[in-house]
Amino acid sequence: MKLLDLSWSRVFAVFLKELVQMRRDRPTFAIMIMMPVMQLVLFGFAINTDPRHLPAVVEMREDGPLTRAFLASLHASSYIDIVAITQGPDEAEAMLRSGDATFLISIPEGFERRLVRGERPQMLIAADASDPVAAGGAIGAIERIAQSAFAPEFQGPLGYLARPPPAYEIVVHRRYNPAGVSAFNIVPALLGVILTMTMVLITSIALTRESERGTMENLLATPIRPLEVMIGKTTPYIGVGAIQVAIVLIAATLLFRIPFAGSFLAFLVAVTLFIFANLMLGYLISTAARTQLQAMQMTFFIFLPSILLSGFMFPFRAMPDWAQAIGTALPITHFLRIVREIMLKGAGFTDIVGDLLPLALILLTLATLALLRFRRTLD
Amino acid sequence: MSDEIVIDVRGLTKSFGGRKVVDDFDLKVPRGAIYGFLGPNGSGKTTTIRMVCGLLKPESGEGEVLGFDVLKESLKIKERVGYMTQKFSLYEDLSIRENLEFIARLYELDHRDDRVDKALVDLGLAERQGQLAGKLSGGWKQRLALAACMIHEPELLLLDEPTAGVDPKARRDFWDQIRRYSAQGVTTLVSTHYMDEAVQCDSIAYIAYGKKLIDAPTGDIPAQIGLSCWRIAGRPLMQAHAMLEQSEGVELVARFGAAMHACGKDAAALERAVRAVKVAQPHLQIEKIEAGFEEIFIYLMSGSIDNFQ
Repeated sequence: MKLLDLSWSRVFAVFLKELVQMRRDRPTFAIMIMMPVMQLVLFGFAINTDPRHLPAVVEMREDGPLTRAFLASLHASSYIDIVAITQGPDEAEAMLRSGDATFLISIPEGFERRLVRGERPQMLIAADASDPVAAGGAIGAIERIAQSAFAPEFQGPLGYLARPPPAYEIVVHRRYNPAGVSAFNIVPALLGVILTMTMVLITSIALTRESERGTMENLLATPIRPLEVMIGKTTPYIGVGAIQVAIVLIAATLLFRIPFAGSFLAFLVAVTLFIFANLMLGYLISTAARTQLQAMQMTFFIFLPSILLSGFMFPFRAMPDWAQAIGTALPITHFLRIVREIMLKGAGFTDIVGDLLPLALILLTLATLALLRFRRTLD
Repeated sequence: MSDEIVIDVRGLTKSFGGRKVVDDFDLKVPRGAIYGFLGPNGSGKTTTIRMVCGLLKPESGEGEVLGFDVLKESLKIKERVGYMTQKFSLYEDLSIRENLEFIARLYELDHRDDRVDKALVDLGLAERQGQLAGKLSGGWKQRLALAACMIHEPELLLLDEPTAGVDPKARRDFWDQIRRYSAQGVTTLVSTHYMDEAVQCDSIAYIAYGKKLIDAPTGDIPAQIGLSCWRIAGRPLMQAHAMLEQSEGVELVARFGAAMHACGKDAAALERAVRAVKVAQPHLQIEKIEAGFEEIFIYLMSGSIDNFQ
């Protein structure tokens, strides 16, 4: 198969045709534009990583002026809503299990007495780890609440307790230890998710649509080459990707006040490479799928690990080796690191080479696979 | 027509799922000919056409199309062949003009605008050029498809049931157009179900079960089949019909308006059967006639079982 025997006239023919078809297919075009807006609103606003008003159950085995002051501070805090105060552990545990409470704050018997003696008694916070992001933010909040609640009490006769280290110890129990995810962290990464979703989805039906509508037969009856079809069919969507990038960047700076610390040129190179890799991934799917529905399903098959195993949702290094291996094979994993490094940490080309090269390699592999899989006949 | 052979394929074979759809198929088509391709549904007509233009790879067999190897040089063949698919296969969300321009670019044609303009005028599509292809009626879609497969001035046209679902006037216009191309030296291989179209062809290949059963100049086919025919008219036709169908020597009974044609290969047996009917129903008029194409094709079609049964 001669791959490089290509005619730009034919590439341009397919390119132009795709543009016109994209323009005529207004709903799809609208979705591609609305997708970044929707996700920004959902992830940027609705999904609050600095969550407030989390339900907490307090297990009180002690009743004294200091613990009551702490309780009052918890009540006053907007981070936590105390839904119940119990004496025994069973009821509190059940509330945590059922999800009625996200936190269990347990103050043990003799807490106050030992506190006054300077024995640094323990206070237990058990967090519902099924929502690690929510838990992470509030655990920090409880520590600050405790600090500010006890500060006024540790005056006068108890003044010796105000010196560091704190006169008490907060023990946090959580099954999962999430990274501190914030909007700064999530919005740049969102760019990767949006691009993966739309670019893969839109090109995954590139060939299946032609086969389903019967136009593939006509296309194959002309002297067009596989590479010409691939380039012509995928490049129009670079424009769509560029629009999405612009939307997210504008929102990131204006709405979320996220700085853009690093090299913009390095960012452009990385984002272009990433868009191409996604287009090729979608195109590869379209060579395998027989119907548009299958193509969609395969896209979601890619999309799920892209969200879960890329470091978007969970810290990459905390994942088991096999999950990290899958993540490394996904273009988004590398792009997430690149975009966070550039935007937040002020990275330039030299800093991102370690992820830029794997990204290029993935792109090349996907494109080759897609070309080899392209069926030149109707067999 | 000249002596030059445009399609020369030998022993083409193709199976799908273990079933031989085309079996050891030979075909020779001279330049400028209009070659008709007949056969019941599922007989392998489409598969054969697709193999000829390189859309399907034959399992075995060999041959040349326009002098190029059908197995190895399919790109060169594609550049010189116009293929009109059975189902409309242009872009319904592109306008007529955009579709033609797309195809013209794929063939890297020079003077693209002029060619598209000319194609639009030639086929009477100029006024509708901005209309979306999906909004066209069957006849107009067919004109557009023909324009699209003629835009690169191919030497060979492969038409797969081009007039299915098209009204008689449009079909007539279509065939006039094919005749004009033929006069210019364009060779046409066309599959059809319509008898009136079959008789327009210079030669006919009849295929069933993936095998070619007849391949002859259209005018020679009646003699080749050797079908005898009687016309029976009058009343009561229904009883006569029932009687004839039971009779030996009658292989085909077909109604033609108020009359009925009984045909068979054994002329003597057929005559006995018809005369017996006349004895039973003296009011009927009987008359020996020449077997027409209509009878011959009905005979051929009814004689072959569907390939997929």
